[in-house]
Order: sequence, then C-alpha cells, then structure tokens
Amino acid sequence: MEFWTAFYAISFYVATFILVFGLGYKIYQYAVTPAPLKIPTTPAPVTTGGVVVRLLSEVILFKSLFRSNKWIWLFAIMFHLALWIVLVRHLRYFMDPVWTLVVLAQPFGKYGSFIMLFGLLGLLARRMFVKRICYISSPSDYLMLFLLLTIGISGVLISFVTRTDIIQFKAFMLSVLSFDFFSWQTMPTDTMLLIHLASVILLMIIFPFSKLLHVPGVFFSPTRNQVDNPREKRHVAPWAVKKFETSSAPTTSE
Amino acid sequence: MAKVKFDIPEFRPYPTIPILKPGVMKGNGPFVAKPDMQEALGFPGELIDDWHDVAIDKMGDLLKKYRSLRVFLDSCVKCGACTDKCHYMIGTNDPKNMPVARQDLFRQVYRRHFTLAGKLFPKLVGAKDLTRDVLDDWYNYFHQCSQCRRCSVFCPYGIDTAEISMAAREILDTVGKGQKYCNEIIAKVYKIGNNLGLPKPALANTLEGLEEDMKDETGIDIKMPLDVEGADILLITPSADFFAEPHIDGLIGYAKVFYQAGASWTISSYASEAANFGMFIGSYENMREVAERIRKAAIDLKVKRIVFGECGHAWRVGYSFLNTLVGPFDFLDTRYPVPQHICEYTYDLIQKGVVKLDKSANDHRRLTFHDSCNVARATRMGDKPGGQFDIPREIIKACCNYYYDMEPDTIKDQTYCCGGGGLLTDDLIELRVKGALPRMEALKQVVDDHGVTHMAAICAICKSQFSKVLPYYGFEMDTILSVHQLVSDAIVLTTEVKTPG
Repeated sequence: MEFWTAFYAISFYVATFILVFGLGYKIYQYAVTPAPLKIPTTPAPVTTGGVVVRLLSEVILFKSLFRSNKWIWLFAIMFHLALWIVLVRHLRYFMDPVWTLVVLAQPFGKYGSFIMLFGLLGLLARRMFVKRICYISSPSDYLMLFLLLTIGISGVLISFVTRTDIIQFKAFMLSVLSFDFFSWQTMPTDTMLLIHLASVILLMIIFPFSKLLHVPGVFFSPTRNQVDNPREKRHVAPWAVKKFETSSAPTTSE
Repeated sequence: MAKVKFDIPEFRPYPTIPILKPGVMKGNGPFVAKPDMQEALGFPGELIDDWHDVAIDKMGDLLKKYRSLRVFLDSCVKCGACTDKCHYMIGTNDPKNMPVARQDLFRQVYRRHFTLAGKLFPKLVGAKDLTRDVLDDWYNYFHQCSQCRRCSVFCPYGIDTAEISMAAREILDTVGKGQKYCNEIIAKVYKIGNNLGLPKPALANTLEGLEEDMKDETGIDIKMPLDVEGADILLITPSADFFAEPHIDGLIGYAKVFYQAGASWTISSYASEAANFGMFIGSYENMREVAERIRKAAIDLKVKRIVFGECGHAWRVGYSFLNTLVGPFDFLDTRYPVPQHICEYTYDLIQKGVVKLDKSANDHRRLTFHDSCNVARATRMGDKPGGQFDIPREIIKACCNYYYDMEPDTIKDQTYCCGGGGLLTDDLIELRVKGALPRMEALKQVVDDHGVTHMAAICAICKSQFSKVLPYYGFEMDTILSVHQLVSDAIVLTTEVKTPG
C-alpha cells in the first residue's frame, strides 16, 4: 500500500466524518435553540410560502448583499455560483456511470473555475485594500481566502497545465467511496493533485468550526426566516412558558 | 450641566467613503445606573467582584435562549456589507461603530470561550478574553448602538446588531454595570407607571388642561378620559405625549379622531406609558414586566381594544412582542388586531369617510416624513407588508397638499435612525448630534429642493431627539411634528356625534 494512497484515503474519511457530524451538530444546535421573540426584519412575508421565497432570494441571489454593496455582491456571486458549477462538474470523479447533467456541466465547470478565482481575488483585494474591511479582518479571514485560492489555482493547473492520471484518480476515489479498506486503488501522486486534495480536506475539517457556518446559518437567521404574524399567532419560547406561565405565574397560559 | 464641546459634523456634499478615525469615540460611555435603580430591576447595585465568570456564564445562558445570538455570532463572514450603513459610524467615523466591529467586541469573547477555534487559536480567529478593558469597551460601544436594525437590512445573513447589543447590555446589567438613563426609567415605570414619573393627579390635571385648550380652540367639548372603566378603547401612548412638544399636539390629534369617531376610549394611569425600555436593555424579564401593566390595565378597565399612540420602539414591543410576552388577548374584541396603531385606526376612519380632513389647513407647511427605525424595520401596520410605510404617508397626504419624500435610500426600510433610540440622554449629546448626520443631510436636500418646512414622525424618541439636534444643523427645533398634529389641524370636527366607528 502506497503511503499517499493510505494517507489521503484515511484523511478523506476523517474529514468527511468531521464535516458531517460537526455540521450536523451545529444544525441541531441552531434548530433546538429557541427564538423567543418575533424579530423578522420588516417588511417581511406574512406567509410561510413568502418566507421560502425570501430565503431563496437571499441564498441564490444574495438580495440583501445586492442592496448593500454592488462590488461585494459581484465578487461574491461570481465565486459562489462558479463554485457550485465546479462542484457539480467534480461529481464525475465520484460516480460511475456519470449523470448526463454532470457530463453537460463539464465545460462550464472547467472554465467556471476562472470566474471563481476572479471572484476570490476580488474579495481578497477588497479585504486588503478597503480600509473598513481590512480593519475587521482577522488572520483567519485571509487564510480562508488563501485556502480557497489554493484549491482553485491547483485545480486549474491540474486541468489545464500539469495534468494528472485522472482515470487512476477516479479509480482511487471510487474505491475510497466503496470502503475498500487498505485495498484502495493507488492514487496518482502529482504534486498539484496532492496540494489540491490536501487543501480540500483541510477545508472540510475547518468547515464546522469557522465562519463557513454562514452556510447553515442563513437558513436559521430569525430576521430572515420568520413569518410576520405576531398579532395573529402567539409565538412563545418553551423557556418563557416555563418561567412565566406555569401555575404560579400571573399570566394565563394557552 | 456643563456644555460638552465637540465638532458638529459637516454636511457631505456628495457620498463619500468614510475615513476611519480609530478611538475617536472611545470613552467611559453614558452615566452608570445608581445601585437602587439597578436593584429595582433585579440587577446587582454595582460591578460585582466575580464579574468575569458571571458574565461568561450569562453569555452561555443567553446562547441557549436566543437562536438569533447563536446564529449571528457564528455566521458573520466579515464581508463588509454593513460597514458603511450605521448612522453612528457615518457621523463619528470611529471604526468600532461599524456594525460588524461592534458585534466583534462581543464575538471575540464568544469565540474565546464557546468555540474550539477560539480556544485553540485565539490570535488566528480574533478571539479575546473578557478583560476589564474589553468590558469597558462593551459599555461604551454597546451604548453607541440605537438598535435601529439598519445593518440587518443589508447583511446577507440578516445579522442584527441590535440583538448583540441587547445581549451585551443584559450581561452588563447582570454584572452590575447598567446604564443610568434606561434603568432609571424602568424603575420609574415600576414605581409610578410611566417613564416620566408622572403620578395620577398630575396626569389628570394635564389632561384637563388639554381639554380646556381644545375647548378654547374648537369650541367643542373634546374629552381626554382617564381610568374610565368599561370604555371600548384603551389608549397606550408614550408619556412624552402628555407634556413634551411636539408630542402633545399628536395626543390632541388622537383625541380629536376619537371624538369624531364617537369612540368610547380611555387612558390608564396605571399603564400610562407605551414605551418599554426593557427592550433597549435586552431584558426579557423587564420587558415582560413592563408589558404586563398593559394587560392588567386592559383587564381592570374592561376595555375591548388596545390602541397604541405614536412611539417607535413601543410599537415594536406592542406589535411584535406584546402577544408573546403577556398574551393571549382573547378577552378583547377579536375583530380588531391587538394592539392597533393609532395610524391604523385613523387611516381606517379616513377610508370610511368618518374622519374628513381639510388639506388647506396645512397649506402653510411643506412636509416630509421620517420613518422611525423600529416601526420601519421591526413592525407592520395594516394587512400588507410595507403598510408601516404607506399608512402614515397616506394619512399625511390626506392632511396636506405639499408632501415630498426624502431620498429613497434614506427612507422606508433604509431609513436612518434619528440618533436617539434608548440613548436619549444629555450625557450622550455628542453621539446624538453626530448620529443624526445622515438624516439631517437627507432633510437638507428636500428643504433645498422642495422647500420642505416640516418633518413629521410617529415616534416619541424621534420627536424629542430631533427637537434637540435640529438646531445644531441649522434647522428650527419645531421643524419636527407629530403626524397626528397634522390630523389635528386638518380634521373637520362636527358637533353631532356619530355612531361608534
């Protein structure tokens, strides 16, 4: 068994475990923490359907960000949309046979990576040169961008310049996915591929401990996901009922 | 009190990128609450010895109780969308007044104590221990947030700095470092029933005086009933409406509307206050206890409906929180929303033709409308989203011939706070004046372009704040009006009383 093959296979399992359970735990935590008061930023939808539309307009179109700052919006939407297309393209390395949609996404994903990199560089430039954003940035904010840039640049280099034995890599990945413990297919060891995968694994590991929590967070944000109906429907947290509306409390409970 | 010297910000001729002036608003913050006031609210009298541990415990407690806090602290990506949106940032240029930087004062401690990354690599992720310096920064800068929610409109995740500053103030109160202005007011509500400490005899006297004034003005007996059991409508209005200008003209407006509708209504001396400063200090317990007075007054006076007067944050507590805090209100007439805003009430009567208005009565005024932050971004009026913008404007337009909106990015849900909020105290006058800058700029533009003479508002705090800061920017202090003052001047009163509306 090749060292790198075993190392990356095991790292992949560990990273996936941390990502799934770490993120799962945070989502669980968000879901069970009550929102004791109605605080949607108004005007807000008055129906659940309206809230779904509002959330989708935030998640897909970054509506609030668009209203806020066109430059950040432009770079952010370039990065995120291209990232989705690139991710879809990458699915071909994880499935056999490959879905038609994924086949169709190949050219878009390949060239979309440049848009993704451009978006990232734009965000980095803002972080470095706009005084206000520079002021609020911690080292981790830069490192996150560098990590994503590393993933993007190494990926582009593999695709267009240095190349790798992608057929062999797919064989390795499929053997990892079918849990062929210690009989994994050998992984190609081109430097760029090692860098690309190592940075992706690192990203998966830090996901649940970093600001990447904005991904689940946006769905749980009470200012965006609450229906504006406080007069029509009483909304009260379990802890408030327990504290104030038990038999000894002055207010009658429902 | 000695006059505080500071530079009044200059109008910016065109939109500019703020230049950061770190530390320019660093200071000791507003006056600290006295021990007896703190204790009246259930908080320690002064900063306790083990404040650090108690503060961290309280933070953990709040994280379990408030999803908003948990999600907002985790989700920020430091994109910078909010950095130029806060009126205090625009007016002061202190970078800690950027919403994200204000949140980070709290977030850095959260990260240190409640996240793995902050425990292991504090420097890397900007995590910090809660030192005395950090606590002092909290006290100073979390009292430079008026909780107006403008930042939350622009945040891609809806992060609302108000939620963070409320949590910070709750923790500060819990360790014994409360703000004098807010906490003293809440203590007064518990003791007397309103923010001003106006006892029943004084209130009765004031209302009688107003009845006489209205009689002189109109020749009609328009009542301002107090503690009338069995009245249909309980009016809950900010106590500033009883004595301050221009608030009092708004109160007269409500009374005329009630008169014209032939409504049976009353004010309560027990719940003679719409304002609920429990909200500003982020204390669910205190907010609930203040709100409970309204419920009790409604039960004791056996009313059928509750109507709120013109007050911004009170309307937030009324509209968004009242049902949660002290509901359900199933003992009231279920045909009406609980509570109703006086603008909803008046607008309805205008629609029905019960209230008729003579627009020419306001021909000496050219008007604009200031959307109060809490009404605009935390509540609604009427059935449709955005009714909180349309209904007051419709009322104003029904009262006058000359109405002009300010710039679109300074009104409705993008409105700029007046700069007052729960910070409406003389010890923060510098902050209040500077924070009013963006609103004053927008006002200046409609004054120059359209000859606007007056700005109407539906918030007691906005009215008080503007009366105070308008002169700093070269406007007359009476430029600010109550919306119902316009109604009061334009309403066509008939002596023959109509059937109840």
